[in-house]
Amino acid sequence: MAGFKVSRRLVLYSLGGVAAAGGLAVGIAAMPYSTLPRARELVGKDGESVLRTWIRLGADDAVTVFVPHVDFGQGSQTAVAMMVAEEMDADWKHMRVEEAPADAAFANGALVRNFLLGNVHVPQALDGLANFGSRRMAQNMGFQITGGSSAVRGTGAVTLAPAGAAARWMLRKAAAQAWGVPLEEVETEASVLHHRASNRSARYGQMAEAAARHDPPGDLKLKERAAYRIVGKTTPRLDLPAKVDGTAHYPHDLRLEGMLYAAARQAPVIGGTLLDVDPAPAMAMRGVKKVVKTGDAVFVVADNTWRARVALDALEPRWNDGANGQVSSGAIMEAMNRGVAGAEFKTDHEAGDAETALSGAATKVEALYTIPFLAHAPMAPPAMAAQIKDGALEIWCAVQNPLGAMREAAKRAGVKEDKVRFHNMLMGGGFGRGGFADYAMHAVDVAKETDGAPVQVSWTREEDMTHDWYRQASVAKLEGGLDAQGRLVAFRNSFSERRDSAEVSALQYEVPNHLIRYVNGLNPVRWGYWRSVDNTLHGFTVECFMDECARAAGKDPAEFRRAHISERQRAVLDRVAEISNWGSAPPEGRARGIALRESFGTVVGQVAEVSVGDNGQVRVHHVWSAADAGLVVNPGNFISQIEGGVIFGLSAALYGEISVENGRVREQNFPDYDMVRMAEAPRQTVSIVESASRIGGGGEPGTPAIAAAVANGVFALTGHRVRELPLRHFDLRSGARRASA
Amino acid sequence: MISLTINGASHALDVEEDMPLLWALRDVLNLTGSKYGCGVGACGACTVLINGQAVRSCSMPVGAVGGGRIETIESLKQGDTLSKVQQAWVETQAPQCGYCQSGQIMAATALLRAKPRPTDADIDAAMTNICRCGAYEQIRAAIHRAAEA
Repeated sequence: MAGFKVSRRLVLYSLGGVAAAGGLAVGIAAMPYSTLPRARELVGKDGESVLRTWIRLGADDAVTVFVPHVDFGQGSQTAVAMMVAEEMDADWKHMRVEEAPADAAFANGALVRNFLLGNVHVPQALDGLANFGSRRMAQNMGFQITGGSSAVRGTGAVTLAPAGAAARWMLRKAAAQAWGVPLEEVETEASVLHHRASNRSARYGQMAEAAARHDPPGDLKLKERAAYRIVGKTTPRLDLPAKVDGTAHYPHDLRLEGMLYAAARQAPVIGGTLLDVDPAPAMAMRGVKKVVKTGDAVFVVADNTWRARVALDALEPRWNDGANGQVSSGAIMEAMNRGVAGAEFKTDHEAGDAETALSGAATKVEALYTIPFLAHAPMAPPAMAAQIKDGALEIWCAVQNPLGAMREAAKRAGVKEDKVRFHNMLMGGGFGRGGFADYAMHAVDVAKETDGAPVQVSWTREEDMTHDWYRQASVAKLEGGLDAQGRLVAFRNSFSERRDSAEVSALQYEVPNHLIRYVNGLNPVRWGYWRSVDNTLHGFTVECFMDECARAAGKDPAEFRRAHISERQRAVLDRVAEISNWGSAPPEGRARGIALRESFGTVVGQVAEVSVGDNGQVRVHHVWSAADAGLVVNPGNFISQIEGGVIFGLSAALYGEISVENGRVREQNFPDYDMVRMAEAPRQTVSIVESASRIGGGGEPGTPAIAAAVANGVFALTGHRVRELPLRHFDLRSGARRASA
Repeated sequence: MISLTINGASHALDVEEDMPLLWALRDVLNLTGSKYGCGVGACGACTVLINGQAVRSCSMPVGAVGGGRIETIESLKQGDTLSKVQQAWVETQAPQCGYCQSGQIMAATALLRAKPRPTDADIDAAMTNICRCGAYEQIRAAIHRAAEA
């Protein structure tokens, strides 16, 4: 067994000699560590000789890629498999994907690295250190996370693609040796090895066993993008067929012999506790088996979900509201308004002298923006199941961090980690919610009380909406200074409640004097990552404010932006202007707004064409997006992700608001936390901008700028500048805030 | 006992009359393709057909179904052959997380039976289900494609 450093951050592994059963496997790790044998044990199957993890080639040519990311619809498992097939020169029809088991061996450092370093381009000299540090953190903190748009640009580009290239090299090496020909003369195409001069060929599967005896190369070369045959071509998703015939299994769909069903009610105030509850009313009802009490929740266990829920409704638990009982969003908003008007800030970014440049500016623009709390409301409210029997825990759930959840579940159940069987199933939408495994623990809590019977716990939509981890509300005071030529020479963003890394608040415009600062600690509501995280703050506030500055400068908003951005951003802006006919007059009664945002390494420009109806509400007719993600692996899927990101951001812009009163979330279900449906969904056009930039993310970058594009369109149409979301609070004919809101 | 006709077969269920059809399907008959999303008829993830009409099964008590013919997502595929709506869904790569798609497909199936060549306005009016992943462009395209198949 030998590991070879292929760069300062990657080590490839093969295990020569052990491959007796005709297989090959190649894995890659950022640093050698002792859990590799464990990984081998986990992914190995009878009749195949697994050497490392992450790619396994069988004698039947099948290539299985172990992806340490959950699929919740983003299509990244297919994209990552495409990257492997590309570097391996494998025939696409032989590709399979399995989600890697929840084990420390699969902890993915790429996300942590991206998160910690805020997606900055790491200077070459620091690269190894950064990777090493995050790998250590990934192991230590139990990260095996899906999020941060990291699957393709992190796991795919950094680990699995090189593993595919290594597998191809080892296969060629084996063929060269078997045929007695130079390595350079062995070619590959679609899972077949060729030696033209002697007219010999072999299937990959035939050469897998011999390949496994070779060590991976020390000087691995990846393909140039121009040579790609699979990457960059729209490829059908591997997860899809089961999602059209009802056979795709989410945790809700688990059906086990003797399984019980439980309904959950948590303390109405997050952080509150259960004082007491009389189980009698529920116990008297049909099908009810048990009432389970925990520190902050009560559960009814019955023979089906509906009976459990009805019986739970019959209970009258008494709660202690705890420290959050007085929290209200109104008071939080007031505190944040005071905060951004005050003097206590932490500085994220500073260049030149913003204060002096603002006071000396020919024209000064100032505005206060307000955005609300948001819930994730994934399509599937949480469901999970567990069985505790003979000192072992088996758990079925869908989480974005299975390794962390597995460890927490083991601790909660009081069993050793090696006595846990953890099944991460399909997730019915995540958007960041699945990064918190609080719901999965409910299955453990209840399973401890069911005498060895498996039990499925499910939340109602109301429970989900009122016990989420919420995108923070925020207030931003923005100031801009224009010189006599209408150029932005000073900018200051004083905002409340930063949750993301500092890089996300950076000004994405070239302004010589700028200051980005924030005030935290005014917002006690439980926070969670929400699709594109803090980009949703600045994507709205800064992009609306740039529109205000453009108007103050008497310039077209696209032209104004154009004068203050990088070449890469300009290409995206020009593309979206082109495909939306930005310069032409919109149809009667409509106007267009534009916005631009770079997030997760992807630059997205958006134009929204809007009108305002007789009800004073905005109607978004069409959204054009241009996106430069450096490299797009699966274009059709990437476009779907951008379009979905637009709808996600649009639902928030039009309707989304979570409010808190006496510690309780008011919004309960879709009628009061509404979503864009087909009739409100704009038609969409997405254009991919080719560039040589580093590969960026796809799952999140469509979301952050759309609210600004819409609000800017409303201004262009009506002259009313709406600086607060959601837009439903305003009668856009007059710009007045609705009294009833 | 409640008697239901589901996907062409008769079932006798020992459940309360006010039990929503969704839970009878999912927990009693183990037909788990229809999903719970909101429980109040707002999202459509639970959509099934009763006598050809799209119905939100989370808000339909089993006692009110009577002799109605219930069709669920499980009935659309015949052997290995997808229905033309399902086939169009695959061709347009419509699903993302997939959780809402049983309901979307059933709603589209009802629409296409009533209006074999629906306009965009017909689609807007009939397709009131929420797709939180926002796959509306693909769903719309899939309905048009199924209409042409």
